[in-house]
Amino acid sequence: MVENNTHKPEQGAPAKKMDQAEIEIYRQAKTIERVITIQQLKRRQRLKDIVRKFGIYALLALGAVSMVGPFLWMVTTSLKEAGDVYSYQKEWWREWIPTTFVWQNYVKAWQVVPFARFYLNSIFVTLLITLGQVSTSALAAYAFARLRFPGRDRLFFGYLATMMVPGAVTMIPVFILLEKFGWIDTYKAMILPAVFTAYGTFMLRQFFLTLPRDLEDAAKIDGCSYFGIFWRIILPLSKPALATLTTFTFMGSWMSFMWPLIVMNTHGKFTLPIGLAYFQNLHTTDWTLLMAGSVMMILPILIVFTFNQRFFVEGIKLTGIKG
Amino acid sequence: MKLSNTSRESLAAYGFLLPNFSGFLIFTSLPILASLALSFSVWDALSAPPKFVGLDNYIALFKDRYFWKYCWNTVYLMMSIPIGMAGSLLLAILLNQKLRGIVFFRTVYFLPTICSGVAIYMLWKLIYNPDFGVLNTMIAKLGECLGLVLKGPYWLTDELWAKPALIIMGVWQSVGGYNMILYLAALQGVPRDLYDAAEVDGANGWQKFWNVTWPQISPTTFFIAIMSIIGGFQAGFDPAYIMTGGGPNGATTTIIYYLYNNAFIWLHMGYAAAIAWVLFLIVFTLTIFQWRFFGGTVHYT
Repeated sequence: MVENNTHKPEQGAPAKKMDQAEIEIYRQAKTIERVITIQQLKRRQRLKDIVRKFGIYALLALGAVSMVGPFLWMVTTSLKEAGDVYSYQKEWWREWIPTTFVWQNYVKAWQVVPFARFYLNSIFVTLLITLGQVSTSALAAYAFARLRFPGRDRLFFGYLATMMVPGAVTMIPVFILLEKFGWIDTYKAMILPAVFTAYGTFMLRQFFLTLPRDLEDAAKIDGCSYFGIFWRIILPLSKPALATLTTFTFMGSWMSFMWPLIVMNTHGKFTLPIGLAYFQNLHTTDWTLLMAGSVMMILPILIVFTFNQRFFVEGIKLTGIKG
Repeated sequence: MKLSNTSRESLAAYGFLLPNFSGFLIFTSLPILASLALSFSVWDALSAPPKFVGLDNYIALFKDRYFWKYCWNTVYLMMSIPIGMAGSLLLAILLNQKLRGIVFFRTVYFLPTICSGVAIYMLWKLIYNPDFGVLNTMIAKLGECLGLVLKGPYWLTDELWAKPALIIMGVWQSVGGYNMILYLAALQGVPRDLYDAAEVDGANGWQKFWNVTWPQISPTTFFIAIMSIIGGFQAGFDPAYIMTGGGPNGATTTIIYYLYNNAFIWLHMGYAAAIAWVLFLIVFTLTIFQWRFFGGTVHYT
């Protein structure tokens, strides 16, 4: 509108000269006003953005504090004097920072129960379960995804169907079976039933199906065996899926509690979760030692998680496809 | 070459399948059948072979008021699902903003999920201790600040508070975990132009959420809900075993805990198998429901 007005005087009468000056002033004022408005708008927008960001960060921080708080208190408690756990502290922050740091608790926890043994058992059992599950699942998944054989679809449907069956259903017969074999209270009882899962097979099959076939066809023409194709082409291409399954299996067996509790009796063979529960029964009152033990149990998981975080996120998205 | 290509391929396939399938047969397929048979019999796992009793176990289970009570407990404890899901969605929305330090927060929120297990249940048992647990101490301190005498409940030993205590812990554990990541992926999958269109129509943030985001992520919501419910029916053993022993007065005993007690403490193997099959029926129904709803299609990535 303003620009239109500035063109007018050129065509208009000389009498309108005053008007033109007026218009010029008006135009400038209007422009300045507009510049101010835009600046203000920008500033207002920026302010709004800052407030919004601040709000988001505040909410996130509040959430983060409530997530980390319990862990922090666990570490604090594990470093307290045994008596300090029970005494009422005057200052609230005394709950969160020990009066004296008793590192000795960790040594003591280590001595009171065979923690080193639990660790070794857990590592041994978890490694074997993970290795067994990932390798047998990958082999079976390759057959389901790439090879043609009679009864394939029916068999695969059978695998799928058992995924719906709760673990509780097979728990009792498997226990009885292991008892018949005389395997109760052996590492085999903890490891073998956890190795063969339909889930791992299913997940890897879904992933193998997404791989391009060209490379395999080329390898086949070159006279590569099926195992050669599996080993040299499929597996290297499937690293993300394999890493995901490995991570999930590792975490699952590291935390596994109910099954080891059912099949194990001798403390020397306990894994960390049942070892810790056994420790709790022995020392219900010494919470500093219990918390020291808990911290030690969580530590390896934290390390695994920190290095494999990517696989977690990808894996969750991958398994989300399961639906 | 003696074998044709197809039979060579079949043979190779059976070779690949053998390790997994044999284990699958021994530890999954056959036990499923055995378990079904067992659920129609009475057996204490020690003496003489199982005795066939027909539907007796199921009938007894149907009349077992403890079983119904524990079913109710299980469902009650599942209240952590909607609360946790709402929290997960909120966190996902917050984390979906393009801000610095998001990865850090995502890691922190994930901590309780990856660290779940015996150690965490022990920690929360101590947190909930009425006399020197940090929760009640903080409640008392807060009271002091406000000039009141506040006393927290006897969490795990109070029949009224034991379940809410477990629910709070469950929400803490799951809110930043798998569901949040699924929601985050779903949010990132909502087409940008839908928001643009809504903005042109003058929609505010709230309206954009309810009219664009919520319908777009509803498959994820549905998926999470069903999966959580399926998991929920089978959950509750580890925390109950460590924290409450199923008490007080059976207030935190869930279906799976009752099954464990029947099978491995009281040696009612047949009865326990029947419980397992009722559990299966529940899970089966939910899964079918889910498949029907999805029509076998996938709404992810």
